[in-house]
Amino acid sequence: MTASILSSVFASEGAASFPILPALIFVPLIGAILIALMPQSRPELSRQMAIITGLLTGVLSIALLVEFKTGDAGFQFVVQQTWVQSLDIKFFLGVDGISLFLVVLTGILFPIALFAAKPEHSPKGYYAWLTLLMAGCMGAFLSLDLFLFFLMFEVTLVPLYMLIGKWGHGRRVYAATKFFLYTMLGSAFMLVSIVTLAVVAGAGDNGGVSFDFTKIIASDSLATSTGRWLFLGMAIAFAVKVPSFPFHTWLPDAHTEAPTAGSIDLAGILLKLGTYGFLRYGLELFPEATVWFAPVMLTLATIGVVYGGIVAAMQRNLKRLIAYSSVSHMGFALMGLFALNVEGIEGSVLQMINHGISTGALFILLGFLYTRRHTYEISQLKGIGKVAPVFAGIFTLVMLSSIGVPGLNGFVGEFLILLGTFMAHRWWAVVAATGVIIAALYLLWAYQRVFQGEPDEANKSFPDLNISEKLVLVPLIALIIFLGIYPKPVLDRIEPSVKRVVTRLEMKVDGFQEPITRNGADLLRVTESSHTMNGEHGLGIAANGPEANK
Amino acid sequence: MIGSLFAQAAVTSATADNGIVHVVGPSIDWVALLPLLILLVGALLTLTFSSFLKGHAPKGLFTWTTVAIAIGAAISAVPMWARVQGWNSLLWWNLDHAQTGPFSTAGGAVGIDGFSLFITVVLCVGVVLAALLADDFLRRESMSGPEFYVLLLLSAVGGVIMAMSNDLIVLFIGLETLSIAVYVLAGMNLRRVQSQESGLKYFVLGAFSSAFLLYGIAMLYGATGSTNFVDIREFMATVVPIHNGLLLLGLVLVLVGLAFKISAVPFHAWSPDVYDGAPTPATAWMAAGVKAAAVAGLVRVFMLTFSNYASTWKPIMYVLAILSMVLGAALAIVQSNVKRMLAYSSISHAGFILMAIQANSGNGITASAFYVAVYTFMVAGSFGVAAIVGRKGDGNHELSDYQGLVRSNPWLAGSFILLLLAQAGVPFTAGFFAKFLAITAAADAHAVPLALVAMVSAVISAFLYLRIIVAMFMSGGDDGVEDVPRANRLRVPMAAGLAIGICVVVSVVYGLFPDLLLHNARAATPAAVQFERPATGSTTAGG
Repeated sequence: MTASILSSVFASEGAASFPILPALIFVPLIGAILIALMPQSRPELSRQMAIITGLLTGVLSIALLVEFKTGDAGFQFVVQQTWVQSLDIKFFLGVDGISLFLVVLTGILFPIALFAAKPEHSPKGYYAWLTLLMAGCMGAFLSLDLFLFFLMFEVTLVPLYMLIGKWGHGRRVYAATKFFLYTMLGSAFMLVSIVTLAVVAGAGDNGGVSFDFTKIIASDSLATSTGRWLFLGMAIAFAVKVPSFPFHTWLPDAHTEAPTAGSIDLAGILLKLGTYGFLRYGLELFPEATVWFAPVMLTLATIGVVYGGIVAAMQRNLKRLIAYSSVSHMGFALMGLFALNVEGIEGSVLQMINHGISTGALFILLGFLYTRRHTYEISQLKGIGKVAPVFAGIFTLVMLSSIGVPGLNGFVGEFLILLGTFMAHRWWAVVAATGVIIAALYLLWAYQRVFQGEPDEANKSFPDLNISEKLVLVPLIALIIFLGIYPKPVLDRIEPSVKRVVTRLEMKVDGFQEPITRNGADLLRVTESSHTMNGEHGLGIAANGPEANK
Repeated sequence: MIGSLFAQAAVTSATADNGIVHVVGPSIDWVALLPLLILLVGALLTLTFSSFLKGHAPKGLFTWTTVAIAIGAAISAVPMWARVQGWNSLLWWNLDHAQTGPFSTAGGAVGIDGFSLFITVVLCVGVVLAALLADDFLRRESMSGPEFYVLLLLSAVGGVIMAMSNDLIVLFIGLETLSIAVYVLAGMNLRRVQSQESGLKYFVLGAFSSAFLLYGIAMLYGATGSTNFVDIREFMATVVPIHNGLLLLGLVLVLVGLAFKISAVPFHAWSPDVYDGAPTPATAWMAAGVKAAAVAGLVRVFMLTFSNYASTWKPIMYVLAILSMVLGAALAIVQSNVKRMLAYSSISHAGFILMAIQANSGNGITASAFYVAVYTFMVAGSFGVAAIVGRKGDGNHELSDYQGLVRSNPWLAGSFILLLLAQAGVPFTAGFFAKFLAITAAADAHAVPLALVAMVSAVISAFLYLRIIVAMFMSGGDDGVEDVPRANRLRVPMAAGLAIGICVVVSVVYGLFPDLLLHNARAATPAAVQFERPATGSTTAGG
């Protein structure tokens, strides 16, 4: 298996003529530097520059999606450049089915966040940090060198810290500092794990230190207990980032005080670094430890799903509510990963994308709300549906997608996750399924309080969305509907890489069998034939079942 | 040791005719000592010529002569580096060494190897930075005159002696030369009572620590029969002392003496007060230069001389490292004075260096050399900013004095943020690689718990740096009025601006291209080389 990974790495190396992956990192990076050099007196220049940069990166990421070879499980567009010779640290980038859509999501969501919100003051710094954040996120998803990944993972902290701390609201400094320290503490454990792994695995020349992901994968010389300790170190960092219960307490604060664009990027992209990290640097690096820790992780994920949902229902601040709903949704993503079968992991990757789209859209809508009413308090809002029907309508659609209503994107991922978990560990899935119901509860309840009823004096003059605001939301709405009806193109690209991970788990861990060894395509056939399992909800997937099998 | 050598040389040459005793001293490779000599002669000449000027020295004269002297000393170390590394050519200059590799000279008192030259250059850089920072500062505080620069150069001489020392006595001489000059530097600001207090405090406590060191040296001499590193090393390799109480006591006392100088917990109590009270450019030199020299001493005594006795001293260093990192970071948080914060954070940095040293491996030496070099720039730059923000009187170092600095002085504040982030170890800064190499060395030496403690304490100190950044950048509070500059725009003097600029650029460049420095840090290995006695007599060298 590893041999095939390596061969695919080298096979696809010659294919990429244009270095698209470095461009994805360096375009925003150079953009950020250019913005920093712009004159303070002309703020509109920095905004234009940021938009150009964002759009260019977005186009590049779409080009990556088009050029991506479907069905290839290995890494594509690989770029390698030695950075620190003596420690075998490389500028090593590559993309596979798992990271592909996260990169595309980053490429889409960042420009949208730029259009969706303007800073209240000092625009130059705001745009520079935001663009730098984009470069960091791209780098983290594309890195195939553990050291480079850690750098990128860490480097995202500073821009977001600045964005929350300087352009946020309320207790912004408290929230920003909490976010920074919490995440950095998690990363501290990860760094020790990475360094120890690089030393212990000795995958470099003559058993020397190496941080090369593919080399470490190929070397596998870890003792069982070492692997478990190292996994634990990585897991802490990722669990904080996801954030998994009980490491989630920084998220509501960070979200509530962050400026709109910060919230969009935090929820839409940065949280995915956690689940992506679990998949790439947990499941793939430490197969044995993954299987050993799976029950614990599943339990934490399930608690997160239910607990996050219940706490969300109790919130009086809309942004805090969405923040807790993120805890719940990311709990699903985590659960799918540790179901350790193709369905679960595929669903989890899909859930990451869906959550990015839905929650991103929700935060954009909340941003529009805030510019009109300067509050997120539910008690201050009433009857907005009457005065702003388009706003309410779009909010309803996005909300339904977040709840996971069939036909919209949220359903597909959560369904696959629950199915995968059910096959592996039935009772966890049963408990977590209540999370879907709780999601309906808190979102619909909030909707009822905010949008229904008669608008009071303060909300009477609530203006509806203008044309540019509608345009910002169009791509996300299109994706919500498209992915809900026809997720096949996405699943087709994710699946080979996920299978690679699961096959490796089976090979490396004695006595571990993927709970049910049907692959995703078989699964679709099953759902089509057996409506008893999912009832009417099966439509969303069953509709494209036949195509998936061809 | 040296004495006996002279005596021996005298005996071998006493056979000369006419009853006149010709004393043949040990041959000295003057070229190898050039960095030391340039600094020393430069200092003395500066002092001498300044007396002719009768106080009419042109503005900035002493600053730039000091910078020139230090750069000259650093450059003079380069050919030696080429010889030690065995390079065949240096730029366009074809080298034809009679010998290559590390060597010992001046009767085995001085060892020229990669590590000593590396630290020498670091010390010279520290002098350059401190002199540039001092330029306008001294005029502002009406302290201008050659004294500061002369003392700076003299203390650098002491530091270089320590870095090159190959003998415990030489180490002690270097330490004293360094310290006495720095005591005066600390107490130099006569108009500030804190400065006087700082000088006295440093002197009293420093004298104590020197006594510890000297006592330890005496014990080690008693236990091993020599003060020469190479001889002690050979002794330790061949003899297993059964009653090693004297040896252990000696080692511990030497460790105390040196740990005091790098201000490791629990020998740190002086440093916040002294750092706070001393004139800020002197503080920059104390934090950068004195620490670098003391680290050199630690490496030479423990990693070079007593490396096969590591099982004894490693646990002590392990504990010192943990205490320094954690307490340094934790105590820094509760401060409200930026200079004191930086003082405590430098204690935490000392812990990281100790962690690298306790690894007792090649990686450990590389890591400590890299750390010291990078730390010099980060800390000198940070104190440089503090020197400017301190304003006239050198007294405005409270956190509130930094409020709104981003608005009034964006470049200064931006530089400070970058230096602080580098100290915090944020990726793509040199500080990150320094920490990274230190924990790699620890992990490599199976000290993973130590590495974990290090990273956690790095997070604690990150909070401290964030506090300063918040004060400058976010007006220090939640929902306060946005960016109200507390004070008017500060004037950034050219020389100090240059120094801070250098520090920022280096912190970034070494963060992006660590190989530039790592390459040299790797080559900076200390070596124990026996002095080749001149073939004057037939007697064999005794040890």
